[in-house]
Amino acid sequence: MELPDLAPLWLTLRLAAVTTGVLLLIGTPLAWWLAQSRGRMKPIIEAITALPLVLPPTVLGFYLLIFLSPSAPLGAAWRDVTGDTLTFSFTGLVVASCLYSLPFMVQPLQSAFEALGRAPLEAAASLRAGPWDAFFSVVLPMSARGYLTATVLSFAHTIGEFGVVLMVGGNIPGKTKVISIAIYEHVETINYSEAHVLSAGLLVFSFLILLFVYSMNRRFPVHVG
Amino acid sequence: MNKLSLNLQLARGDFAMNIVHDADLTGITALFGPSGAGKSTVLRAIAGLEADGSGRIAFDGDVWQDSDDRVFVPPHKRGVGMVFQDARLFGHLTVAGNLNFADKRSNGASPISRDAVVHALDLGPLLARRPASLSGGERQRVAMGRALLARPRLLLMDEPLSGLDMRRKAQILPYIARLPDAFGLPVLYVTHAIDEVTRIAGDMIVIGDGRVTAAGPLAETFARLDLDAGGSRFEAGVILNARVSGADEAFRLTRLELEGQTLSMPAAKVAVGDVVQLRVRARDVLLATSPPIGLSAQNILSGQVTEIIEETETAFAEVFVAVGSQCLRARVTRAAVSQLGLAVGQPVFAVLKAISFDRRVL
Repeated sequence: MELPDLAPLWLTLRLAAVTTGVLLLIGTPLAWWLAQSRGRMKPIIEAITALPLVLPPTVLGFYLLIFLSPSAPLGAAWRDVTGDTLTFSFTGLVVASCLYSLPFMVQPLQSAFEALGRAPLEAAASLRAGPWDAFFSVVLPMSARGYLTATVLSFAHTIGEFGVVLMVGGNIPGKTKVISIAIYEHVETINYSEAHVLSAGLLVFSFLILLFVYSMNRRFPVHVG
Repeated sequence: MNKLSLNLQLARGDFAMNIVHDADLTGITALFGPSGAGKSTVLRAIAGLEADGSGRIAFDGDVWQDSDDRVFVPPHKRGVGMVFQDARLFGHLTVAGNLNFADKRSNGASPISRDAVVHALDLGPLLARRPASLSGGERQRVAMGRALLARPRLLLMDEPLSGLDMRRKAQILPYIARLPDAFGLPVLYVTHAIDEVTRIAGDMIVIGDGRVTAAGPLAETFARLDLDAGGSRFEAGVILNARVSGADEAFRLTRLELEGQTLSMPAAKVAVGDVVQLRVRARDVLLATSPPIGLSAQNILSGQVTEIIEETETAFAEVFVAVGSQCLRARVTRAAVSQLGLAVGQPVFAVLKAISFDRRVL
C-alpha cells in the first residue's frame, strides 16, 4: 500500500494549534467579561458568541468569504498590508476557525470563571495582590480544569471542521487542504484506501488526545476548597 | 494612634446604612450586632470590597475612601488583612503556599516574621497539607496566619468562627485573643455571638439596623447594651472584674474579691492575685431590700440602685445596681419593682444565681 500524502495532516495540526493559541488570547478576556458582567450587553454578546453552534458552517463560511474577500474593506486592507489575500490562505483559515470554534473556548472558560466567583479575588486583594497579579496567580491556576476543557474542545473542533474551511480556504494542497478536505477528495475520487488511512489516523489520534486529557483530569484533579 | 474614622452610607435594596463613628482601635474591638444588621458590610467597606458605598473612611491618617474627593484606595493597597467567614484559602496551593502568597507580597511592610506566625498559630504540622484536607478550625487558623503574613496595619475578621462547633470555637478563641499583643496590630472582629465578644474583645461597637447604636469599652458598653439592637434579650448582662483572693479546698471553691465583697465560684484554674472577668446575665440577678437569709445562692452583693428602666410594653424592668465602681444589671418584673418600692439611690442586695468566668486578664 502506498503511503498517503501526509501534508494535510500537518496542515490540520498547525491550523488547530494556531487557532487554539489565538482563541486562548481572545477567549480569556471575553469569557472573563461575560462572567463578571451584569450589563445589558451581556446577553447580546453571549448570543453572538454561541452563533457558530447553531449556524450551518456554510452560512458562516459564506459570510466570511464575503467579508474576507479582497473586494470587501477588511480583505482589501489585509491585501494592501501583507500582499496576500485572506481568502484561500492559511491566515484566512485561522480567522475562520477562530470564529467557528469560539464558543468551544469561551463557554467552558466562562463557566469556570463563574464557578470561581468573587471570593478568591477578594482574598487575593486582601493579601496585597493587584488585579493582574490575582488573575495570574489565583484565577488561572484555579480555572485549570476549565482551560483544559476549553483547549481540548477548541483544538478537536478545529481539527474536525469541514464546511467553513472549504468555503473560505478551498482546496489548495499545502496551503488550505486540511485533512477533512483531503479525505473528502479521496472519497470523491474513489480512492478509498487513502481515505481509510487518513480517517483511521484521525480517529486514533483524536481518541488518544481525549484519553490523555481525561486521564490527566482523573490523576491530577484540580483542588478547590 | 490607630484611629479609624467612618462616615459611610450604603444602600442594599431598601436597607439603608449610615455608619458614623470614630474609634481608637487597640487590642480587639468587636463589631457586634444581630445578623443582617450590616456588620459584615461595614467590615468589607473598610477593606475596600464594597465599592458602591459613599462617604469617607480614614485610618491612621490615611484616607482610604472619600466620595467628595473621588478617593478610593483599592483593597490591595490599603494594607488591611482580612479573615473571611469561609476562610477562602487557595485550593491550588498547600498551606505553606498560601502563607507564601501573602509573605512574598508584603515583604518588609511590618516586622511580623513568618516563623513567629507559624509558631503562634501552630501551623507547623499543617504546612504541607492541602486546604481541602483541613478541618474547619485548621482552615481558619491558616487563614489567620495568611492574613497576618500580609503584614497588615489593621486585621479584619468577619465572623471567623461562625461555622465551627462550640468545642472548636473554644480551641481557636485563645489564638485570636493573643494576636494584637503578639503582632502589634489592632483587630476589628465582627460577630453576633456575645460569648465571643466577652472572651476576646476589649472594646465593642454595636451595630443595629444599619447604624452604630453604642460603642466604648467592653464592660461599660455591654452593661448598657440596648437590647433591641444587641440580639437576644436573654443574654443581656454585665461583665465584672474580680480578683482571685483564695481557695476553699474542702468545698472546691475559688474565692473572689469584688469591690471589697466576696464571691465564691466552683474551683477554676486561676492563681491568687489573678484578675478575672465574670459575666452575669441580667436574668440571673435577684434583688432584695434586706439581707436575704435561708437561700442556696451564696453570692450576694450589696449595692445601690442607679437606674430603673421600665418596659411598659412587657412585664419587665431593668434595674442597674452600682457595686462600688462596677455595675450590675437585674431583670425583674415591674410588679416586683413596685412591691419592693425600688427607687434610684436605694440600697439593695443582689443575689447572683449564676456567674460564669469569661477570660483571664493577665
